[in-house]
Amino acid sequence: MGAPAAQDPSASSYYVGDAFYRELIEAFADWDRDDLAIAEPARRDAVRAFLEREARLLDQARYEDWLALYAPECAYWIPGTPERGDPRREITFAFHDRRQLEDRIFRLRTGYAWSQHPASRTVRSVSNVELFATESAHIVMARSNFLIAELLDGDLRHWAGWAGHRLQITADGYSILAKQVNLIDCDRNVRNPSIAF
Amino acid sequence: MTTQQKPLPLEPILSGRVHDFDALVHEDKVHRSLYTDPAIFDLEMTRIFGAVWVFLAHESQVPRPNDFVRARLGLRPLIVVRDSNGVLRALYNRCTHRGATVCRQDRGSAKAFQCPYHGWTYLNTGKLSGVPWPEGYSCDFSRPEFNLMQVPRVESYRGFVFGTLNADAPALTDYLGPVRRPLDEWLDRHPGGALEVREANRLKFNGNWKLLYDNSCDGYHVVFSHRSLLMMENRFQEGDGKGMSYYKDSPDTGPVKLYSFPNAHHFKDKRDAIPKRPGALWEIEGLHPGMEHYEAALRRDFPDRADALLDLASSEPVNINVFPNLHILGNHIQVSEPLSVAETATTWYGTAVVDPDGEIGEALGPINALRMRTQEQFPTFGEVDDLANFEQIQAGLAAEEDAWIYMHRGLGLPERYSAAGDGTTVGPATDEVFMRDYMRVYRRLMQTEPAIAPTRETA
Ligand code: FES
Ligand SMILES: [Fe+2]
Repeated sequence: MGAPAAQDPSASSYYVGDAFYRELIEAFADWDRDDLAIAEPARRDAVRAFLEREARLLDQARYEDWLALYAPECAYWIPGTPERGDPRREITFAFHDRRQLEDRIFRLRTGYAWSQHPASRTVRSVSNVELFATESAHIVMARSNFLIAELLDGDLRHWAGWAGHRLQITADGYSILAKQVNLIDCDRNVRNPSIAF
Repeated sequence: MTTQQKPLPLEPILSGRVHDFDALVHEDKVHRSLYTDPAIFDLEMTRIFGAVWVFLAHESQVPRPNDFVRARLGLRPLIVVRDSNGVLRALYNRCTHRGATVCRQDRGSAKAFQCPYHGWTYLNTGKLSGVPWPEGYSCDFSRPEFNLMQVPRVESYRGFVFGTLNADAPALTDYLGPVRRPLDEWLDRHPGGALEVREANRLKFNGNWKLLYDNSCDGYHVVFSHRSLLMMENRFQEGDGKGMSYYKDSPDTGPVKLYSFPNAHHFKDKRDAIPKRPGALWEIEGLHPGMEHYEAALRRDFPDRADALLDLASSEPVNINVFPNLHILGNHIQVSEPLSVAETATTWYGTAVVDPDGEIGEALGPINALRMRTQEQFPTFGEVDDLANFEQIQAGLAAEEDAWIYMHRGLGLPERYSAAGDGTTVGPATDEVFMRDYMRVYRRLMQTEPAIAPTRETA
């Protein structure tokens, strides 16, 4: 694409182009189907444990460890409508590449992010974990529901939704290629959406 | 060191139904009750939102006949519709039978709206077209009072749809006055002067709607409230070149200027802080997904025009504020919506370049792919911090005895200002002159009963 072949995705964003968006949209279209479901309890358990750990790392604000769960060239996508749309053509609730995930963490760590001052306490529950096969033997899709209790500066409130994880199977587990977070109120006005989902 | 302050005799004023706005709005300060008193909020829904032109929607949200989008005028629920004849209307979303909303979808296309409660049906002109089992009624349903109420004056200024209930309000173009200049310039930087609304970052906060208007031209808060954003945007930089860094070096004497216009509109012009050459806007744009990829592609495919094209994907350094609820900033159309005395919604509609005459051709897709990401940056990493600060103002204002909110930066220092002939005051970026000006307009409006004159279709 006219760009040098190897680029550090923490410092630049050469990988997010039309082909990347197209593949992402395709990967998150019509994937959670009964005929693709993986029933094997051991595999489902392994993914469930992975997602539970992800939730715990976020609750513990261990953001660097959380980021380590992601592939170098990853996407974090919170659509702004239930139809999800094409992020190239419309505003999303959030769309980050690796560098912007690191931006998010950097900002929270500055000590001057007033929307997280004091930092929210969160408790995440992950449930209804289902696993789906893809065209590649090395990639699986996980669907899970989440409920996040957030104590925001003294106010207890909740976020609810479901997530889709596109997971690369690696030698020692999984690596997140893309996470799509579907908040049930993604197209409503929400108060202070500054935690990582 | 403390000073004794003689309490002002406000209690009798505040405890009665009559508010003395001369006692509440001073030249240098306003009383906290403007932000905390539910009775004042109720009055604002009539005397502010019922009196002036209020932004309702952008025409791209209702491009074809029968398209509609829900909106609000103050608290009044509306359906902004392009009726079957193509006429823009703002119908009250309120059944004339017993009051239920007749439209419960945020947007869509409909020739008619049927009330779900008892099935009364209205054409999208607002006219009642049918009532189930009419033989049970002795009245004449062709009488106007059974048609949906509607905002009597709905007009578009270059795609921005406004409405007013006030029969005595000036023409929309006169109401806007000199704020049209920056608005025109903002539109005209796009091919064909056109753009389209494409979804939004939708936020709300627990605070009064005026906290947002107070902030809209405030160049004083930027390096403090947005400190984390500025640090984030510049984390790879040697110096501080990215984002709103131009506020850092003595913003009072810098190139950023504030324009306070008649009718409580204002404008902060940051364009002079950026060199006037293609690509200069893009250079200060924060880092965002796809930026290097698409830049490389555009430079390869459009070597002569790449810089100008990339500027179209970059945030335009302006804040244009149209009283009481419309804010143009960067590439956003930001709309604020009062929900209650201490709750406000603020929706940051993203805009896309549409290129009606094919001026930029194949560059359109990449430009918008970048432009969506550049627009998400500020609401996500900047506005949330302002909204947190607004909430903390609302919390601080619970201190009853400490009743005043100061907005006197620049007051008594006339050398800081110059006047443009059309009633415009020009001043430094950090000045609160725009707040004092808009509060004067606010005071006059709050002391005046507007000629509210909604209409209904006849015959
Ligand atoms: S309230 Fe609408 S038909 Fe009765
Ligand atoms: Fe701000």
